[in-house]
Amino acid sequence: MIFAFDIVILVFLVIAAIIALSVKDLLSASMIFGIYGFLICLLWAEMGAVDVAFTEAAVGAGISAVLMIATVFNTKRKSSD
Amino acid sequence: MAEFFQQSFHAHFNFWIYVILMMIGLWALIAKNNLIKKLIGMSIFQTAIILFYVSLGVKAGATIPILDPYGNKEQAAAYAEESDPAKGKNEKKGTEEKGDSSYVGKKSPNPDIMANPLPHVLMLTAIVVGVATLGVALSIAQMIFKEFGSLEEDEILEIVKGGNVDD
Repeated sequence: MIFAFDIVILVFLVIAAIIALSVKDLLSASMIFGIYGFLICLLWAEMGAVDVAFTEAAVGAGISAVLMIATVFNTKRKSSD
Repeated sequence: MAEFFQQSFHAHFNFWIYVILMMIGLWALIAKNNLIKKLIGMSIFQTAIILFYVSLGVKAGATIPILDPYGNKEQAAAYAEESDPAKGKNEKKGTEEKGDSSYVGKKSPNPDIMANPLPHVLMLTAIVVGVATLGVALSIAQMIFKEFGSLEEDEILEIVKGGNVDD
């Protein structure tokens, strides 16, 4: 575990989470949620959990972002908050 | 104060961020009006819990938990250093194992130079379950949109209370 790298990723993680929840456009929210997934994948790799890292990259960042974008295109793109 | 900072903030930074992410997710689940936003909050909550468990397995200066007897010089050196006292004992007894610098064929690897893999394996299941939960929840959100024509919680509640659901 590299402490400086750890702090940088964790701070970006919190920023990505807050932005994903505060944008009004749901497509942007889904894309920023995908960025959040890749950041947390980087965090797992940095903490020595490589198996968790590539599961998260394939399943967490890939599939859940695709599912969310598909839902946004099947419903509405605008959000009230 | 400096000691408090050193002990609780610097050493446990992962746990502070875990609490912050968990509270962000909980706030989104409760306070957000849009159903997709609620689901993003639920996913952030789940990742926060996984972050807590993976942080439990971290050791200072440890590598990834993969045994590599032929490629990794550092692991081999650490293991040779670890097994040195045993080798000394064997030399005193006069057994055949003396002078062997590689650790291939020896009893077990040294667990102190690797991160603890048990929380990682448990959390693999949690990630897959989380994605399955998210998929089911998103499909339910699509069905709600087909029924009510909206993803906003207050509009849906108004339609349900008004009783003018056309079906």
